[in-house]
Amino acid sequence: MGRALINVPATAKAGDIIEIKALVAHVMETGYRHEVDGKPIPRDIINHFTCAYNGVVVFEADFYPAIAANPFLSFTTIATETGVLTFIWTDDKAEKQVETARITIT
Amino acid sequence: MPSPATRRDVLILGAGAAGSILLTRPSAATPEQMREAILELTNGAPIRPGKVHIDVPPLVENGNSVPITVSVDSPMTADAHVTLIALFNEKNPQPNVGTFRMGPRSGKARVATRIRLATSQQLTAIARLNDGSFWSDKVDVIVTIAACTEDS
Repeated sequence: MGRALINVPATAKAGDIIEIKALVAHVMETGYRHEVDGKPIPRDIINHFTCAYNGVVVFEADFYPAIAANPFLSFTTIATETGVLTFIWTDDKAEKQVETARITIT
Repeated sequence: MPSPATRRDVLILGAGAAGSILLTRPSAATPEQMREAILELTNGAPIRPGKVHIDVPPLVENGNSVPITVSVDSPMTADAHVTLIALFNEKNPQPNVGTFRMGPRSGKARVATRIRLATSQQLTAIARLNDGSFWSDKVDVIVTIAACTEDS
C-alpha cells in the first residue's frame, strides 16, 4: 500500500468531538475492468479499515469496489484522554498498513 | 488466392464482434439485488424513512470519485446511538458501497467518503440504531462520466 494522509487535531479538550480524516494511496481495482486484450484485471481493494483510540476500536468500515481509488474517510470521535490513534487498512491480500497519530488532551 | 471479403462476411464478423462485446460486459446490479443486499442487513426488519441524510451532488461530472456524506439525527449517547450506516446503490456491478460502524464514542453519527458511480441511479443509506430500528434516506444522482466498468 502507499502513502497515508491522516488529519487528527494535535490537542483537544476532554469531551470535544474531533473530526478525523484518513486517506491512503491505493488503486482500489474493482475486478470489473479488462486489459486491452480482454484479460480481466483481478480485484485488488482495501476491504477493511479500523480506527482505535488507545487500543479501543471507535470506528470501523467495510469497503466494496464502489469506494473510489485512494479511499478517503472522514468521521468523528470524542476526545477522552491523551494517547494514540491507530489506523489500520487491510487489503484483499490480507496485507495491513498501520499508521498512528498522537493526541494530547489539555 | 483469397477472395475479397463479401458484404455478408463483414456483417457476420461484425455481428460476432458485437456479440462478444456484449458477453464480456460486466453485469450490473439491479434494484432487486440492492433490495436483497438491504434485506441481508435488516433481516426483514421494517425500514422507516427519516433521520438519515445523504449529502451528495445531484449532478456528478465524474463518476470515478463522488464525494458523499451520510449523517443521522441521533444524540449518540449510550442509551440512544447509531451503530451502523450502510450505503447501497442500484446500478453499479455490486449493490454494496460501504458499511461504517460507530457508537456513542463517535459523538456524531456522520461519515464522509468518496465513491464510484457507474451510471445515473438512486443511492440508499440505511442506519441501524442501538434499539434495533432501521432508518433510511434515498437520493437520485445523475452521472455524466461513468466509473467502474470502462476498460483500461
